[in-house]
Amino acid sequence: MALNQKRIAPPSDDRRWKLVDATMRRYGYSSQAVIETLHTIQEVFGNISAESLAYVSGSLNVPPSKVYGVATFYNHFNMAPLGEHVLSVCTGTACYVKGSGQVVDWIKEEYGLEPGQTTPDNKLSFMVARCVGACGLAPVIMLDGEVVGRLSVDEMKKRIKEWISYDK
Amino acid sequence: MTNDELLALTEQERAEEEKYSHRIHICTGTGCVSSHSEKILETFQAEIKARGLEEKVKARQVGCMGLCAAGPIVSIQPDGLLYREMTPELVPAIMDSLGGEPFKDQLIDTNIPFFYRQEKNTLENAGLIDPERIEEYIAVGGYAAVVKALSEMTPAEVIQEVHTSGMRGRGGAGFKTGLKWSLVAKAAGDQKYLICNADEGDPGAFMDRSILESDPHRVLEGMVVAAYAVGASQGYIYVRAEYPLAIKRLKIAIKQAEKLGLLGQNICNTPFNFKIDLRLGAGAFVCGEETALMSSVSGNRGTPNPRPPFPAQSGINNCPTLINNVETFANIPGIITDGGKWFARIGTETSKGTKVFALTGKIKNTGLIEVPMGITLREIIYDIGGGIPDGHNLKAVQTGGPSGGCIPAEYLDATVDYESLKQLGSMMGSGGMIVIDDTSNMVDMARFFMKFSMEESCGKCIPCRVGTTMLYNLLGKFQAGQATRWDLKRLEELCDLVKNTSLCGLGQAAPNPIISTLRFFRQEYLDKLIDSEKTGETVE
Amino acid sequence: MNSNPVVRSFTIDGIQVSAAEGETILEVARQNDIEIPTLCNLEGISSTGQCRLCMVEVKGTNRLIPSCATVAEEGMEIVTSNERIDKYRRMIVELLFAERNHICAVCVANGHCDLQAMAQKLGVTHIEFDYLHPSFQVDASHPKYEVDHNRCILCGRCVRVCDEIEGAHTRDFRNRGINTLVITDFATPWGESQTCTSCGKCVHVCPTGALAEKGKSVAEMQKRRQFLPYLVMRREGAK
Repeated sequence: MALNQKRIAPPSDDRRWKLVDATMRRYGYSSQAVIETLHTIQEVFGNISAESLAYVSGSLNVPPSKVYGVATFYNHFNMAPLGEHVLSVCTGTACYVKGSGQVVDWIKEEYGLEPGQTTPDNKLSFMVARCVGACGLAPVIMLDGEVVGRLSVDEMKKRIKEWISYDK
Repeated sequence: MTNDELLALTEQERAEEEKYSHRIHICTGTGCVSSHSEKILETFQAEIKARGLEEKVKARQVGCMGLCAAGPIVSIQPDGLLYREMTPELVPAIMDSLGGEPFKDQLIDTNIPFFYRQEKNTLENAGLIDPERIEEYIAVGGYAAVVKALSEMTPAEVIQEVHTSGMRGRGGAGFKTGLKWSLVAKAAGDQKYLICNADEGDPGAFMDRSILESDPHRVLEGMVVAAYAVGASQGYIYVRAEYPLAIKRLKIAIKQAEKLGLLGQNICNTPFNFKIDLRLGAGAFVCGEETALMSSVSGNRGTPNPRPPFPAQSGINNCPTLINNVETFANIPGIITDGGKWFARIGTETSKGTKVFALTGKIKNTGLIEVPMGITLREIIYDIGGGIPDGHNLKAVQTGGPSGGCIPAEYLDATVDYESLKQLGSMMGSGGMIVIDDTSNMVDMARFFMKFSMEESCGKCIPCRVGTTMLYNLLGKFQAGQATRWDLKRLEELCDLVKNTSLCGLGQAAPNPIISTLRFFRQEYLDKLIDSEKTGETVE
Repeated sequence: MNSNPVVRSFTIDGIQVSAAEGETILEVARQNDIEIPTLCNLEGISSTGQCRLCMVEVKGTNRLIPSCATVAEEGMEIVTSNERIDKYRRMIVELLFAERNHICAVCVANGHCDLQAMAQKLGVTHIEFDYLHPSFQVDASHPKYEVDHNRCILCGRCVRVCDEIEGAHTRDFRNRGINTLVITDFATPWGESQTCTSCGKCVHVCPTGALAEKGKSVAEMQKRRQFLPYLVMRREGAK
């Protein structure tokens, strides 16, 4: 029994929803396309908002709780928008052995941020990455996506301080 | 594509190649891209143009050359020179040196064990070809295995060849690949699926990513052969979203292979159809487990399910499904073109072939290596790896990531094969090898891994969900010097529970870092007991 | 229908039993009045093998298998209880008590709680793990029912009954690991759910006092599960 149903309209006339629609169309609006659609949403909007979850649920006919469950299961998806700048520390084993844990502790203390948090002025988000795969450069941090590595823990702290004081 | 067409394309590509007196290879793997190797590539290309050498010198992007510690790496062919830590400023000097004396300052001595002790098989093209051009892969013999399998062999013969090779899964557990294939081939059903597990989640491992970035066609070729052998018509590559370069190159590779009729409908003008789609992982280590991976490929939370039924019986959409990892598929083309016997000539009685490791931690030559099974840990660490830097001593080698264990320095002469690593309380794993020196405390190491397992537990079964949290908290008591002998006993009992009652491999293996450090470094736990309990009898 | 069904003979605790094709060890044990403890399994909804209490040993192997999710095979010799299994079961129940805030004396389900009964049956007398003491608000936004996550053991019965029997799929899990939580819709307060039919099946399959009818006092929340067998029969009959 095929349900003859009209597609629901996107939450707004933001043109980026067309990209989201394109992904869902590519997968034939299959209920299996939840993760792929969430990837597109995060890519084009930077985060996954409540309204986008409702749109995915309605468009793919997947129960709301299921979409929410999928979105919160995976590390890669973030519901809250990130700050203007993102400081990310790799906590893979190679980086850990070379002191990335100390860098994380120092950031917590110095900037009062726990991993995943953003400063109240929305300027800086602090993230930890699982393993960025640049183990040869360990320990590695990423400053707005740019990989910085092969520094001692002290040099690393200095580099972060410089980066944060510049334009923050 | 027929064999003749393949040969014609090879000839054409080789002739094109011979036009150049020098070919400059710039590594564009993630490690080197992180240190701006793309800028170096552009500078070389601009410099070649400025000097009017477009007809004589060619600069191209290639995959990982292995010695990531010295990146960005540039190699000059056909001379075989290798330069370390290149910068755009050094480009003119390198250009000047072409055809004359090598530019000494940045030259890497290639006559060191790091290079000559390795045995490259799955990585044989890495660093030699442009991963974004299928013609270059074909020119080095690529897709010959697909043509051979489809035109000369029956599916049963393909599986027999894989049996003969003695190949075991490179994802970690070491299940016999030939046996896995034959189970899927025998399973009833018209629709069968094939999945390439590229959700490399071990923190400190980047073997699969390097293979995908350096030689994506090799993996596709292995998948096509496997699909033909088991009768699958749809394949998926489940790749981490955190690997944008690998994803980009896979997308390009799939398009190119489809265009040449090596993938898609009527492959090599036979009735055989096979389609490959990408599925992006989204950051969940548990999705390395087969049943969790299939949940995720189907768009669900990546939680595992009890086995049986095994994927070979009932996988994606309840159809028989073959799941192998990247490195396993990358080994297939060689087995088909050169034969299972050729593959089995390397290695030990039970572990055949070569294995790729990501060598990292406190070691001089960090990077990506491929070694024959049966090599000793000592050879890897002291010959290939160049030993421990800064005058420190080796304490342990960690293999198998959060599911593995720490092998102490006194077992350095143990051989690298599935059985011997298991005997030492560790495992082959997917190939992360982290060297730990005497500055690290093993209780801290165990807690680091337990934090990982706790955060990656899917939460479905109680022993893993609550058990890993309790283990993490107990280790915290040790770190804080607050643990009693009773806590030590609870720690051991809880490890036993989590190992034996968890639903999936993640939980079952999660206590391994504690179990192995308790076995070899028990004193470090005892040293952290609360003062009043450091001496005295064990609590019973 | 297969006119000549395959029957598998095997033993459970030394008793000779037989299973029809596809029947699980747990199902066969129940037919023969052999008790195997479980908290997540419920006749009428699917088995997920997640509480790990129904683990049994197959003689000759060291491996434990979940009896609810393992199909019986010819010649198996199943052991449902021994020193090792009993110890594991006690520890698993202990872990559940330490995970959230289970205080029987003030619970609506006191005396009618599967977790409490399980602890008594297994002889769990005290909890040797440090309590995690999470803090959860009670969601009392629904006119008829309320949910107290402090008492939830994440067995997933409510999620499955809502999906498989009621067909609403109002509930699912959010997050993962120790942070897993049962939610309604987009983690919406229950009373504001757009999909909930207020049928109450989730309340009655819940093994503890996590889901309860409003207005019940301590020990008053008895669960009614008679509806499951005939709903399942009607569903199967409709095939």
